Amino acid sequence: MAATLRPPGAISRKAEFVIHIFFVLYCLVCILPIALVLIISFTDEGSIMRNGYSFFPESLNLNAYRFVLSDTAAIFRSYSVSGIVTLSGTLFGVLLTAAYAYPLSRNDFAYRKFFAFFIAFTMLFNGGLVPWYILYVKGLVIKNTYLALILPQVVNGFYVIILRTFMQHNIPKEVVESAKLDGAGEFRIFFQIALRLAMPGLATVALFLSLSYWNDWYNALLFIDQKKMFPLQYLMYKVNASIDVLNTSSFVSNTADTVRPSESARMAMAILGIGPIIMIYPFLQRYLVKGLTVGAVKG
Amino acid sequence: MVGRSFIREIRKNSALFALLLPAFVIVLVNNYIPMLGSFIAFKDIKYTKPGFIQNLIASPWVGFKNFEFLFKSNAAFIITRNTILYNVLFMVLGTVLAVLLAILLNEVTGKRKAKLYQNLTFIPYFISYVAVAYLVYAFLSFNYGLANHGILKVFGIAEIDWYSSKQYWPLILTIIVMWKWTGYNAVVYLAGITGINSEYFEAAQIDGASKMQQIRYITLPFLAPFIIIMNLLALGRIFYSDFGLFFQTTMNIGALYDTTLVIDTYVYNSLAVTGELGMASAAGFYQAVVGLVLVLTSNFVVKKLDRDSALF
Repeated sequence: MAATLRPPGAISRKAEFVIHIFFVLYCLVCILPIALVLIISFTDEGSIMRNGYSFFPESLNLNAYRFVLSDTAAIFRSYSVSGIVTLSGTLFGVLLTAAYAYPLSRNDFAYRKFFAFFIAFTMLFNGGLVPWYILYVKGLVIKNTYLALILPQVVNGFYVIILRTFMQHNIPKEVVESAKLDGAGEFRIFFQIALRLAMPGLATVALFLSLSYWNDWYNALLFIDQKKMFPLQYLMYKVNASIDVLNTSSFVSNTADTVRPSESARMAMAILGIGPIIMIYPFLQRYLVKGLTVGAVKG
Repeated sequence: MVGRSFIREIRKNSALFALLLPAFVIVLVNNYIPMLGSFIAFKDIKYTKPGFIQNLIASPWVGFKNFEFLFKSNAAFIITRNTILYNVLFMVLGTVLAVLLAILLNEVTGKRKAKLYQNLTFIPYFISYVAVAYLVYAFLSFNYGLANHGILKVFGIAEIDWYSSKQYWPLILTIIVMWKWTGYNAVVYLAGITGINSEYFEAAQIDGASKMQQIRYITLPFLAPFIIIMNLLALGRIFYSDFGLFFQTTMNIGALYDTTLVIDTYVYNSLAVTGELGMASAAGFYQAVVGLVLVLTSNFVVKKLDRDSALF
């Protein structure tokens, strides 16, 4: 009997088939919108004008990318702004988060309750956009600076609490105490022992931070109005509103079409923005799923 | 005396305090100063003097005038209604779909296929709302979009100007949110399902329980605490929305505001577009205070149900 060969508790072949069909369809739903934008970015402008956007375009070419990349300076600047913000924001963010979380994880630290509340309260209440905006623009005067892009996300209460919990579970009290007996100072214990033992937790926080820095456009929307400080996502947003944000005067079409490839160029810009994330996606996703489970550890 | 023992503690644990300090200062500046600054909702802020502090002090107190303007306008009702209705819709539908997806993922035979499906359904989570706005535009653009050209035209239906037809947006926004978040949320529930002791299922199989019965009487009851707590926490955030969703995918088009404007986008528009500082800060204050009450209430309930899952 064929059925007896199947593992006990497995669903019937028919149900299995239905589930696979469902997942194939659902996965297509997840991917096809991105595929559509990718295809449009390679579609000849003339065929967009005639047939609209399509999964099966008449003719393909690279005009959209040549058009967008003719403003090399803007694209390159945006990549480097996003890169700098993501790298430095993640580095400082992880260090600051860990340095705040570590004392909270120590049972012998008398004021840990107060400092935990201090950070947790920011998740419950905030002063709202306006006072914060005024503080940044009029008080700290950091409009159009890297600081305005990094500071807002660098310490996040949620990550502090996750990391504190992780440290409580993964840095044994005995290790800290024996290091003390051996004469190690608190700084040394933090940098050489605590950080090392908390590595998986740090990696998770780093991953979430870098994703949120790379995908950030909100802070730029509020605090950046000079084109040379546009992060990539914000440049994408500006291009979606008007392709004229790009200075494409040096573009020369290499097809018979004389129209500017502005419709396909929008989508090329989107692909330039999504591309890096999709490329490191296999790596990201493995750690993020793990990270979600790290966060699930209750304290 | 508290003061003296605090100083002694600082002496004793100076290194730990030094570690705390940088993040402490940043949070103080980033979060606490704006909290103190929410008093500007009761002022008529004017920039007449050069200094930052001087202006805040010099601006006249107006009591609840800003709030009066806000609540007399139609806006307060619309943004409160939209914010709450969307959040309820997203919570209910989001939970149903995520739990369903998690249960199905758990039934997929073959580890590699299951992994592949999970990876692919996770992709939308990584796409920023700026990029999502492009994806949506590819479908909804009046002149070239797939919805008008690929679907409506083929069936001989008149094209729709999606970006000026507010009635479609509750559906559109719901589809976007489900697309972006279901794969991500399913991971959390899947972790819950895989945590169920397999002996329960084995015992049920021996007793002849069908798959549906196992889901109904084992999986769902085990997931119930997860579901309740995730939703109670979401309930505490019901006055807040995902700014990116409502700002980017609608392209902040005024004709759609009736069904798409939420408190967060209203505050931004009042601050940055129309420059109504008073309205913006009043709406922000209203959101923060009601939000705090809601989150405290929901946390209180969560604590009663399951101490460990409470926020604080």
